[in-house]
Amino acid sequence: MGKPMRIRAKAANGETTVRALMAHIMEGGQRKDSSGNRIPAHHITDVTASHNGKTVLTAQWGSAVSQNPFLAFTFKGGAAGEKLAISWKDNKGDSRTDEVTIS
Amino acid sequence: MKRKLALVAVLASSVMGLAHANDVEAGIAQYREMLQDGNPAELFEMSGEELWTTPRGPKNATMEKCDLGKGPGVVAAAFVELPRYFADTGRVQDLESRIVTCMVSLQGFDEAKILKTGYAKGEQANVRDMATYVAGASRELKINVPQDHQKEREMYEVGKRLFFMRSGPHDFACATCHAEDNKRIRLQGLPNLTGNPGDGIGFAAWPAYRVGNGQMWPMQKRLNDCYRQQRFPEPKFASDATIALGVYMGVNAKDAKSIAPAIKR
Amino acid sequence: MNTTRRQVIKTTGVLGTLVSLGIITQAQAIAADARPGFATKSFADAIASLGGTPTTSADIAVNTPDIAENGAVVPVGATSKIPNTTDMWFFVEKNPYPLAASFSFPEGTDPEVKTRVKMGTSTQVTVVVKAGGELYAASKETKVTLGGCGG
Repeated sequence: MGKPMRIRAKAANGETTVRALMAHIMEGGQRKDSSGNRIPAHHITDVTASHNGKTVLTAQWGSAVSQNPFLAFTFKGGAAGEKLAISWKDNKGDSRTDEVTIS
Repeated sequence: MKRKLALVAVLASSVMGLAHANDVEAGIAQYREMLQDGNPAELFEMSGEELWTTPRGPKNATMEKCDLGKGPGVVAAAFVELPRYFADTGRVQDLESRIVTCMVSLQGFDEAKILKTGYAKGEQANVRDMATYVAGASRELKINVPQDHQKEREMYEVGKRLFFMRSGPHDFACATCHAEDNKRIRLQGLPNLTGNPGDGIGFAAWPAYRVGNGQMWPMQKRLNDCYRQQRFPEPKFASDATIALGVYMGVNAKDAKSIAPAIKR
Repeated sequence: MNTTRRQVIKTTGVLGTLVSLGIITQAQAIAADARPGFATKSFADAIASLGGTPTTSADIAVNTPDIAENGAVVPVGATSKIPNTTDMWFFVEKNPYPLAASFSFPEGTDPEVKTRVKMGTSTQVTVVVKAGGELYAASKETKVTLGGCGG
């Protein structure tokens, strides 16, 4: 189970803006360790965001997305008190889901 | 006439050089502003808050009774008044050394063990997270490191001397880089720490998340790395020397707005 | 293929088992991203993997800094004003694998997103969108520099 995300979802003027920080090493797979061996890529591959169970964003990420990734997007609708959830999966089979209340 | 033209050419090229330098500075300012939108330091802050309120250690207690200088359990606004003198330990302590004191007295952890653990390892990673959390609880407040107690004033003087002490294989001191205005190393501006460099600069900018290596650096790590860059021997974690430097810089930065935990390259 | 024991031990998990059983090589374990586009090294091929040639469009705003102090974290964002935008891809042209991220916007979600990518060197960030089934693109250059020793 991955580490907790920091998610902020704010509803205003009929739309909800989401800003999220995910805790993930996002290892690119290019670096070498002290013995000269490649450190294998370890990164988030899929991200899904949903509002009250309806998908509002999907993403596929490669290893070039930065460590501790930041994501921001906006969707129409959403109101304070409703739920916004974000899930990610990585290439080693780890995953994480966090849900917040829209403010 | 030739000389005048040459002079004009020199002036023109230096103006163009300045203009280019200004573009670069403006570009970097834009980059830094774009980074503010999402600061991974908040992930460490969340972890720190969790650690603060979770019963841990041999005594299975939380950190919620920890006295950071404003009374047991008061976290808000404590960061901007550190380092300060603590009667229970009889010494001036900075944030991280005080967190260790509380981990030992409230939770029963082994102090020597924590001090020896390397940066970001074991319990020092937890000290880092809790330091980030405590710093965040003073966001935007003004630095106000006290000088009421004799020992606080002494530590200021010790810090000042350490700041200007040239040593190590390169004969560097903190002052070599940080005692004049408008100095820089390549593109990196070097704040003048002998005075108040301004809101959110220098002392008022740490702990900070460094995007270049994805690491969260509290002040002890920042000082440790300064000494590494000067090729000094490694300072002991939360040593009096590092605390004294914190007092010196913190008092000099009086009333600067803290932006900790910040985000930096 | 010469897989030393040390190399095998360093590859963890399922991939490590597959390597130790000789089913995949160490190199294969490392370059395990088999998704089309993401494992492509050439920028042209990565664009081609989207299944068409994008038309340059002034209706895609590419929001990236002119200069990035550190290539490890470069804020990138884009907004598409093209109607019926359903997908958006971010390419970092000179990266080892140019395709960095793709996003899909269901009905009701603004075709606008912000994230951060690693840039190995100064280069163009190219944003491709799919709108009404067609591909469009816009690019902006970001210079990457490493700051000095301080800060």
